[in-house]
Amino acid sequence: MASEEMEQLVRREYKQGFVTDIESDTVPPGLDESTIAFISQKKGEPEWMLEWRLEAYHQWLKMTPPSWAHLEYPPIDYQAISYFSAPKKPEDRPQSLDEVDPKLLETYEKLGIPLHERAALAGVAVDAVFDSVSVTTTFKEKLHEAGVIFCSISEAIREYPELVRQYLGTVVPQADNYFAALNSAVFTDGSFVYVPEGVKCPMELSTYFRINAANTGQFERTLVICDKRAQVSYLEGCTAPQRDENQLHAAVVELVALEDAYIKYSTVQNWYPGDEDGKGGIYNFVTKRGDCRGDRSRISWTQVETGSAITWKYPSCMLRGKESVGEFYSVAVTNGRQQADTGTKMIHIGENTRSTIVAKGIAAGRSDQAYRGLVKIGPRAKGARNYTQCDSLLIGDQCGAHTFPYQEIGNSTATVEHEATTSKIADDQLFYCRARGIGEEDAVSMIVNGFCKDVFQELPMEFAVEAEALLNVTLEGSVG
Amino acid sequence: MLEVKDLHVTIEDKVILKGLNLTINAGEVHAIMGPNGAGKSTLSAVIAGKDGYEVTQGTILFEGQDVLEMEIEERARAGLLLGFQYPIEIPGVKNIYLLKAALNAQRAARGEGEIPAPEFMKLVREKSAEMKMDPSFLQRAVNEGFSGGEKKRNEILQMLILQPKLAMLDEIDSGLDIDAMKVVADGVNSLRNADRAILLVTHYQRLLNHIVPDHVHVLVDGRIVKSGGKELALELEDRGYDWVLEESVA
Repeated sequence: MASEEMEQLVRREYKQGFVTDIESDTVPPGLDESTIAFISQKKGEPEWMLEWRLEAYHQWLKMTPPSWAHLEYPPIDYQAISYFSAPKKPEDRPQSLDEVDPKLLETYEKLGIPLHERAALAGVAVDAVFDSVSVTTTFKEKLHEAGVIFCSISEAIREYPELVRQYLGTVVPQADNYFAALNSAVFTDGSFVYVPEGVKCPMELSTYFRINAANTGQFERTLVICDKRAQVSYLEGCTAPQRDENQLHAAVVELVALEDAYIKYSTVQNWYPGDEDGKGGIYNFVTKRGDCRGDRSRISWTQVETGSAITWKYPSCMLRGKESVGEFYSVAVTNGRQQADTGTKMIHIGENTRSTIVAKGIAAGRSDQAYRGLVKIGPRAKGARNYTQCDSLLIGDQCGAHTFPYQEIGNSTATVEHEATTSKIADDQLFYCRARGIGEEDAVSMIVNGFCKDVFQELPMEFAVEAEALLNVTLEGSVG
Repeated sequence: MLEVKDLHVTIEDKVILKGLNLTINAGEVHAIMGPNGAGKSTLSAVIAGKDGYEVTQGTILFEGQDVLEMEIEERARAGLLLGFQYPIEIPGVKNIYLLKAALNAQRAARGEGEIPAPEFMKLVREKSAEMKMDPSFLQRAVNEGFSGGEKKRNEILQMLILQPKLAMLDEIDSGLDIDAMKVVADGVNSLRNADRAILLVTHYQRLLNHIVPDHVHVLVDGRIVKSGGKELALELEDRGYDWVLEESVA
């Protein structure tokens, strides 16, 4: 359908009006134009935003869910999901930590989560917890002085519409893939960052995404723009396990780096993986892409993935600017019945672009994981270079690890290196440590942490410490 | 201290040890010698608790405790320590980190708290100097990229820090040049005292010139067929193993 026709259709349907009661705080499960209009109105969005969402929705209707990933899950009923829910009322939440699952609290203890944060994470009625609405961002003043904009995407759409319109969907187009299209239609919140020319963001930006209400799909939308010579380090996620019932999480993250800009995006993802049989875990279908638009720009993705029942995620870099640099450092851990299909794409477009991929996969229990990586070197990317290293570590003999490297080399001046290893956690290594008096679980975590070291050292300091603790908790009971 | 009685061991249905007896007292240094494939390394591996060995008969007692009932790490914490013939590499794990974790695990088993960092650093520096190891070794990943001699010195360094009651050294001399052998032997000799026993497993007599044993045992075909003093090692050097075998059969 031509875009003109589409627009007409969109307008016509829009004119028919939307009947959803906007006084309500939640919409019933189901997705149609009225749901989208409801979300848009709730957020106080301008009309162009609604139209953009509807365009995405119509594209989505024509798409089918991807089936190429090495994952198994029952079909998702998109009409059974509620697409908007306001914060739960305080009286509906647990009133104190005494009412929270002791096992969850035990895990917080092991991870060293500060007391006041434990309450928030467990969903106890404290001021800072919201659902589908961004946690109020602190340090706003300090950022304001530096000229950095850090706010929720909803606020950005209202307050900085020109910036949002200029960049939104330019890295991940509305119809990029099935989940991105769905997100574009119904995203409820997320973060917006703009770092102006020449500014080095004075602090690390972090945000905790949380899912609280049952059966509420979460569709975060994040947009980070680093102007010329600007720098920012953004931390997403949280090491504490976040519980929830069978939820679909389809986030979109777009990064734009202009000339000489540097964006470092670190994620620690620990969504509830489900019980031993994988029941009740979160489905995490995420589209993350960075656009090195300017010359000598650099985008670095670092991720530690330990949660979710299913992970489908490929943070990527479009290396457009000359001499731009893309990096991907990843640790993915699966245990129990978890499934992960994750990796990256490095698309070399500009001359002398460089990319580095270091992916570490650890599979334990009956879990299954795949690394899927594409390195594409375009015809104009003269002198482009890529180095890929992906290592898998298996713990036990009921898990699986698979590597799917794809390379498309479009010119003869490119240098592409690929190294891959798969090893079973060596009985000899385990014996060596234990024969020194180190207990079996401590020995496993020592070996695994050693295996992940190349990636952990890319994380900001405090995140790295948390990540190590997280790894140990995740793999508890995976041996013996 | 250690009492091995009538030990029978099989690996994947292959009988390796066929009724081995051995008693080691505190303060003694024992050397087990024998031809390749006689079961020398099996003995120390079984005592340390390596997987894949099945004890079909016999007992191993260490200070009166049934070793075969203990987990691998419990044996180590009790003071039974094995120095490996082929120490394994553990990428990304710093040598010093392994040492500290091992020492603290041992202390915890004794009901002691973790060693204070300054005390530990002092200990490690002192002992690595004894083993003529550059302090940079401590910051490198366990055995990764170490030469054969460096790996062996590292094994002895661990012994010096963990201070076992019974140190079992499996072919600690293999692959060492004469200088490295001297350093390793000095390290082992410094471990000798009235409360500690050492069990050396070796194919060659030359190690025993540097570490002089109190007892030498000849292990052939799964049994100790001859025991004697240090002069037995010299006799083996001269005459090989065949005569011992013939004598034992006769």
